[in-house]
Amino acid sequence: MSETSEIVRDMSARLFADLATPARLYKAEAGVWDQPAWDRVQMMGLPLALVPEEAGGVGLEAADAAGLVASAATTALPVPLAETMLANRLLADAGLPLAEGPATLAPARPGDRFTLERRGAGWHLHGGAERVPWASIAGDIVIVAEAEGQVLAARVARSDVTPLPGRNLALEPRDRLEVDLELPGDAVAPLPAGITICHPLALGAAFRTAALAGAAARVLDMTVAYANERSQFGRPIGKFQAVQQSLALMAGQVAATKGAADLAAGYLDAYSQPGGADPLPVAIGKARAGEAAGMIAAIAHQVHGAIGFTHEHALHFLTKRLWSWRDEFGNDAHWQRLIGRRMAAAGPKGLWPLLTTL
Amino acid sequence: MSHFAFPPPIHPPGADDLRAEVRQFLAEELASRPASQRIKSWSGYDADFSRKLGQRGWIGMTWPKEYGGRERSALERYIVLEELLAAGAPVAAHWIADRQSGPLLLKEGTEEQKRHLLPRIAAGECFFCIGMSEPDSGSDLAAVRTRAVRTQDGWRVNGTKLWTTYAHKSHYMILYCRTSGVDDRHGGTSQFLVDLTLPGITIRPIADLSGERHFNEVVFEDAPLPASALLGTEGNGWNQVMGELAYERSGPERFLSTFVLLVELIRALGTDPSDQALAVLGRLCSHLAVLRRLSRSVAGLLQEGANPALQAALVKDLGAVVEQEIPELARQLVATEPMLGSDDIFQAVQGYAILNAPAFSLRGGTREILRGIIARGLGLR
Ligand SMILES: Cc1cc2nc3c(=O)[nH]c(=O)nc-3n(C[C@H](O)[C@H](O)[C@H](O)COP(=O)(O)OP(=O)(O)OC[C@H]3O[C@@H](n4cnc5c(N)ncnc54)[C@H](O)[C@@H]3O)c2cc1C
Repeated sequence: MSETSEIVRDMSARLFADLATPARLYKAEAGVWDQPAWDRVQMMGLPLALVPEEAGGVGLEAADAAGLVASAATTALPVPLAETMLANRLLADAGLPLAEGPATLAPARPGDRFTLERRGAGWHLHGGAERVPWASIAGDIVIVAEAEGQVLAARVARSDVTPLPGRNLALEPRDRLEVDLELPGDAVAPLPAGITICHPLALGAAFRTAALAGAAARVLDMTVAYANERSQFGRPIGKFQAVQQSLALMAGQVAATKGAADLAAGYLDAYSQPGGADPLPVAIGKARAGEAAGMIAAIAHQVHGAIGFTHEHALHFLTKRLWSWRDEFGNDAHWQRLIGRRMAAAGPKGLWPLLTTL
Repeated sequence: MSHFAFPPPIHPPGADDLRAEVRQFLAEELASRPASQRIKSWSGYDADFSRKLGQRGWIGMTWPKEYGGRERSALERYIVLEELLAAGAPVAAHWIADRQSGPLLLKEGTEEQKRHLLPRIAAGECFFCIGMSEPDSGSDLAAVRTRAVRTQDGWRVNGTKLWTTYAHKSHYMILYCRTSGVDDRHGGTSQFLVDLTLPGITIRPIADLSGERHFNEVVFEDAPLPASALLGTEGNGWNQVMGELAYERSGPERFLSTFVLLVELIRALGTDPSDQALAVLGRLCSHLAVLRRLSRSVAGLLQEGANPALQAALVKDLGAVVEQEIPELARQLVATEPMLGSDDIFQAVQGYAILNAPAFSLRGGTREILRGIIARGLGLR
């Protein structure tokens, strides 16, 4: 990690912790968009973290950018940092102007598709997507679609598409898009060669894996601290072996989310290299972290007892995100089947060579 | 995140060439070894094969050249290990010596001990076993009762070691035993380098539940050890043993024990498995790939001289779960009745995996003990 990355990491960790106060998290749950929090995040340049320096960005390495996403997730900060970082990276890759405010990317689910067709000097964009994160807040939405044998990015102003609001379990916006729109020629541009139509899904899944790892690590810290604080039968509950074994199990799952996030982040560095747009590392990371998330949330609640089941205790801000994020940008089963197909195609002889490419 | 770090593993220069070289070697050497043998993984014993690895320079790879090593990095060694395991190579003969006895000698041994033994280990000609467990001392290792008492020209040992893997086919045992009173549970212990041909040592193989004889009871009756047999410092046995365990717990053998079954499962499912089977395969692969990443990360930490005991315990605990899940999931996908030694390869491999799976969360520290170590690492004890 470079010195700049370390400074960015430490400063943003402090910023996230400052911003994500319980009062603000409750307000966000009530549906109030936290513009002041976003302004602070933007002032630090974080939405441009993944954009190369030559394109006007910060040019962090993928692992460091994923580290920022994880760091924000430890605080449950209710802003579309991951989505805006990715949207800007897509725009930079396509040579389109960067977003000025919060932004997002679509599609965000395996089955959703858009079509692009040339119309005169411009384009016709058509299609729909469910559960696009933060679409109703975003200023710009980057929509990825195939046309003329290429994968293209379209820069769409939210005001032109009117998303239909929805929410996830953590009450973050997850909105429906219905698009039937004429776009000027300079709002659409091809993404680098080698990128496939599942690119936005892979990008989103890579950063959701990072976010799961961040939230998971924080939940472990909170749960260990609680186990040392809370006393029953005259001693801290963390002294009981049954509780210790549960927490050790949880620690193993948290370690797995960390390994998963590191693997998945590799895709963000590799996809622009020849042959690098293979989503396998993301598939592995997202599937593994998604599976871990449920176990981590369950043990955290078990150890916290009734107090952790209240709206007043802060644990749910994180566990609701674990339960939501694991199903976003492709659930475990989606990615597991993709991995499984690759294993079957590799066959008995090719399985080990496939594993060692990772 | 505050409790444990898993830094990204380094891709050592020349890694791809090394991997290709090992693969080529194994493809030739193991061509006629069926999956029903390869599933034995690191329990498969073949002294000739170990000697060939020694000739290639793939034992004691990281050790100094003056002791027969090759001064390669821990991550290069990792590549050799994982290729051997994935291919189901019979590595048991030299495994313990390469993994922990050699490194222990290097760290604690006298110059004479090192010169005498390390080059022979690296040549694949000298095999070791671990003398820790006893009838009344399993998880509670500090309760060992075997005792070495000073004599005029050395030590005299009495007691019984149990479950000593391949003691009957090893040249030396690293013996962990008491050297002073029991009141000092940890301080009163030491380690010895025991030549198993000495008088007063009786080795009796014990059949495991499948009838195979790999582990042993080793009885010491007034066994005389020369003074030069003391390994490290008298009274420092506990600390030395704890140092050994990080090597013992984090390697690729902690999640690849049933990899050969996964390969056979893929063969059995063919090129177009059901969606359910695809998801199961994908899930297992996601576990193995993440474990491999974490385990390589620990190899990097060991190379830097860190003490990743907590991370090693996490890897071993997660690894055993997956190794044990593979046969359980295989039986959901392929309708077969497992049978050891069957002509049907899948039946035979599945049979071996099922019969050996219980050991994965016992040997090298039980699941419960590992989770206790993890809990301590989390600050709960
Ligand atoms: C295939 C195989 C090979 C082996 N090879 C060797 C070898 O080469 N050298 C060697 O020295 N040893 C070897 N062992 C022994 C191994 O290290 C021990 O089996 C292990 O340490 C457990 O000891 P035990 O079997 O006496 O079980 P015990 O310690 O009696 O444990 C029985 C059960 O009680 C649980 N338990 C015990 N203490 C606690 C506690 N404090 N809290 C919670 N639960 C607890 C255990 O987890 C386990 O589930 C081998 C074992 C096997 C199965």
